[in-house]
Amino acid sequence: MARFRKDEKKEVPEINTGSMSDIIFMFLFFFMVITNMRETNIKVLLKVPTASEIQKLEKKSLVATIYIGAPISNKENTLPPGKISVQLDDQTIKPEDLENSVKEFIIARKAPLDENDKNKLTFSLKVDKDVQMRYVNIIKQELRNNSALKINYATGKKVSQENQ
Amino acid sequence: MARKTPGINTGSMADISFLLLTFFLLTSSINTEQGIPRKLPPPATDIVTAPVNRRNVLEVVVNFKNEISANGSIITVSELKDKAKEFLENANNSEDLPVKERKSINFIGDFMVSQGVVSLKNDQSTSYDIYVQVQNELEKAVNELRDKVANQYFGKKYSTLDTAIQNAIKIAVPMQISEAKPNDLNNQAQ
Repeated sequence: MARFRKDEKKEVPEINTGSMSDIIFMFLFFFMVITNMRETNIKVLLKVPTASEIQKLEKKSLVATIYIGAPISNKENTLPPGKISVQLDDQTIKPEDLENSVKEFIIARKAPLDENDKNKLTFSLKVDKDVQMRYVNIIKQELRNNSALKINYATGKKVSQENQ
Repeated sequence: MARKTPGINTGSMADISFLLLTFFLLTSSINTEQGIPRKLPPPATDIVTAPVNRRNVLEVVVNFKNEISANGSIITVSELKDKAKEFLENANNSEDLPVKERKSINFIGDFMVSQGVVSLKNDQSTSYDIYVQVQNELEKAVNELRDKVANQYFGKKYSTLDTAIQNAIKIAVPMQISEAKPNDLNNQAQ
């Protein structure tokens, strides 16, 4: 007959934590591969609009981002009349050298690419949804003047309401 | 006598890697860049005023109150897609909708390509949100038409087809948006 031995002390074996670090390292590498480092500090308030017909941009290295929105602090440069600023790289641009700044930005982004990729460079406009079109139009005009024609309106994903 | 080296304690290794993990989680962003791709027209050299057939143009105007009108009648954002679809497709070869031109296209064969152009005009005070919504609806209209052609000829959704066939369908259902110089009727920069 089987008997339950209650009084005998069974020791719970210790969990081996040696492989724990391997698992965490695996996580680490996974995240390192799928993410990209945040390169710039965003100095404008951004709430991009949502849309349903969006496409993913293929290569990170072929995307240059332009931010337009209300500045976070009042030290930032703004376009007249002073409510909206445009950020290229790490700086909000001054209204008086808007033309040159955009030009330099485009040249700087095109410089490290080879001839083939130069035409594939996409300028992604990350614009706050409450911004008036006049600011977007200014930037679009500058991009056009500098033959940077491939643009992208950055948006979030909206769940489409097809099944009504 | 060889001295026994004490084993290195690997218990804290997990802590170190956790630290690295949290660091990377905080400094990186997963969200990939996504949005509505567009092509700007090349820099203007001379203003060419080609005679445009009136029936080939759907004039979409967004005013400073963010109201949308298509060919003069005020509509909502959600109505725009069907309006654009009806216009671009011209299923019944109606007299006041775009002219169609016969084109022979790889994979598809002869196809009546619509010559319709959507002319989009904004006000400087239009909000960017509405602008994107309008672009989105137009994109959706074209995507649905492309899906229809893909279904008709290949029995599949447009997005699941090969790139070569997708390009053929792009020729069959072109996306033609022309942006007019914006108005500034409100003239209140905000």
